[in-house]
Amino acid sequence: MKGIQLDLISEDKLDGMTSMEKVRLILDEVRNGKILVLEKGLTPSEQNKLIELTMTEIAPDDFSGIEIESYPVKQNDNFLNKLFGKNTLKTRLTVIGPAAQLKTIKKDRDLISALVSTP
Amino acid sequence: MGIIKRLGLNFTWLKRIFKKKRARIGIYGPPNAGKTTLANRILRDWTGDAMGSVSNVPHETRRARRREGVTINSNGSAVTLDIIDTPGLATKIDFHDFMAFGMNEEESKRRAKEATEGVIEAVKWLDELDGIILVMDATEDPYTQVNVTVIGNMEARKLPLLIAANKIDLPNSSPARIHSAFPQHPLVPISALEGQNIDLLYREIAEHFG
Repeated sequence: MKGIQLDLISEDKLDGMTSMEKVRLILDEVRNGKILVLEKGLTPSEQNKLIELTMTEIAPDDFSGIEIESYPVKQNDNFLNKLFGKNTLKTRLTVIGPAAQLKTIKKDRDLISALVSTP
Repeated sequence: MGIIKRLGLNFTWLKRIFKKKRARIGIYGPPNAGKTTLANRILRDWTGDAMGSVSNVPHETRRARRREGVTINSNGSAVTLDIIDTPGLATKIDFHDFMAFGMNEEESKRRAKEATEGVIEAVKWLDELDGIILVMDATEDPYTQVNVTVIGNMEARKLPLLIAANKIDLPNSSPARIHSAFPQHPLVPISALEGQNIDLLYREIAEHFG
């Protein structure tokens, strides 16, 4: 069967990885033509790293970048986190794929609608 | 003063504590949102100068440009800022998109390469800022990853962010759509090109970054 591989990566797996491991995994898999769905999204600084590294890998007629879609981060209402001044932002589900194959049709606060095409 | 000098006391540490740091403000947004048009408008209004050239071809600004000590007076108060006009943020850059604007292949590839470097520079500047004016095209869907990423960065660092909902001179613009997407942040509907609501923007800048 011909098709596009879709990998759903759990929050537990992501929690056990460093920022650089996550970014490297995402770029390697996306460059292999996979679409990734991350149960828990990337932190803002991880998103920055991913954008930077993506830019360094863009090459004409080879790789034009990534399509990434996530819901806006949420404030974490955990009282203890707030009390101790911990970062209270909660990242959310994120979809990432090759820009040439994944195209967002519509996105709002609670829905990401995308079109996936074969290379 | 002479005695102080003779005693070798210059009190620079005291000045450092009490002197307010000049805020460094970045103008961010996706390509073609009107960042440089806004930067030019601000500089023309307050310094008589301009920041850079504008074009309808995406990624016209491919190097961050900085102007120091821009004083904005509004509502009886003055704020002096360092303003950084950044290249448009993106997660993809395809040189074919530039060819659609009539550029040849070599020129398009060069522009794409420079654009990727510009995006990296814009991301790096995020660590150096005290606040951001996020320019959004009010005719476009506000839930772009660029907007989500920039807002997430500012919220994580607890830094002030002001949304400029640009291009309200166009008939299909909808600042209300942006406001409903990001209600937690102040928003000013503007036309950087026509100057609509620009005084309101200056008032908000003085209030949030002063």
